[in-house]
Amino acid sequence: MIIAVASGKGGTGKTTVAVALVLASSEPVAYADCDVEEPNGSIFLKPEVAEVERVLVEVPDIDEEKCTSCGKCARFCQFNALVSLGTPPLVFPELCHSCGGCEIVCPTGAISWRKVSVGEITLGRSDGGRISVVQGKLDVGSSLAPPVIRQVKTYIADDVLTVIDCPPGTSCPVIESLGDADYVLLVTEPTPFGLHDLKLAVETVRVLGIPFSVIINRFDEGDSGVEDYCIEESIDVIVRIPHRREMAEAYSTGGNLFDAIPEMRELFREIPRIIVRGVK
Amino acid sequence: MKIAVASSGKTLESPVDGRFGRASGFIVFDTESNTFTIADNRQNLNAAQGAGIQAAQNVAGTGAGVVIAPNFGPKAFQVLGAAGIKAFISSAATVQDAIDEYKSGKLSESNSANVQGHW
Repeated sequence: MIIAVASGKGGTGKTTVAVALVLASSEPVAYADCDVEEPNGSIFLKPEVAEVERVLVEVPDIDEEKCTSCGKCARFCQFNALVSLGTPPLVFPELCHSCGGCEIVCPTGAISWRKVSVGEITLGRSDGGRISVVQGKLDVGSSLAPPVIRQVKTYIADDVLTVIDCPPGTSCPVIESLGDADYVLLVTEPTPFGLHDLKLAVETVRVLGIPFSVIINRFDEGDSGVEDYCIEESIDVIVRIPHRREMAEAYSTGGNLFDAIPEMRELFREIPRIIVRGVK
Repeated sequence: MKIAVASSGKTLESPVDGRFGRASGFIVFDTESNTFTIADNRQNLNAAQGAGIQAAQNVAGTGAGVVIAPNFGPKAFQVLGAAGIKAFISSAATVQDAIDEYKSGKLSESNSANVQGHW
């Protein structure tokens, strides 16, 4: 089963929840960090790294001998990665989505492909080997998160519980991360910002048709907007995490939720079972 | 010769737009006839990426040999260079002021971008 932890708003506690889920289990599990712009689960899981590999994407390479400067490739490109001004096209590889369209429309076969790096995958194990940890990290200067996320997801096995730590927001990287999830936990906070972005996240997950419930972090702070919204929309709130100074202290030194609030371990151990019952 | 100026309005009295790639339009002034046309650039306002590239192509399409704006990003600069368009940086308040500055030789040609992408 794949459980994705997403949020809408950033900084609500996705990584705290995702890490807690894999730590609470006593079975072999996997943690996949798809928040490739700022992966931080490894700070808390401290995996022993076994392997590092590059994420490569293909970008067009123009053969200026064959190019007739017709500009068809540049007119086709929806991402402005190719620009033709009556000259062989200028290529902006960082804008290319590797769709391959320019090669198809080129009448003289002047376009071939070269590989460029956009990110890095780190594979490791934590908790004496019980937790498999896969992390994607986008290269500095690259803006194409989805190919890195896709490569992270190739390491997800069917036979173990996998927790996906998603990026914040509701844009392409989040959709890519949620793709194969069986269930989504939306982590939010009881503030107007938390509520606003939770609504966007709920709309997204509903369009994708994935069952979900809500976790409210720092539930004893803020206002009742999130709780009221969840009642109105018949959304289950399955966990409420209290606001504790100990949590901030643990977090600041790479500690986890259970270092700060040990009594939450039992509840987190139950979450996968609660989800399985709910989905069935 | 034609001079394109990043403009937030449609007259010579309009304020110069602060950004090149996401300028709302360009006033293209013809120094021979002392007339101008407007090149709309609003399609780039909400582009996620590549606004500077599109805007530079837009300017190239007007036949301008000179473009004036307060700021140019690196990709825009590269495309303008490939199109043989000279870029001048000006902090003039209105489009007319920017054109006057250029005509009186107060502006010097810029040979590199002066802001980062996504400025």
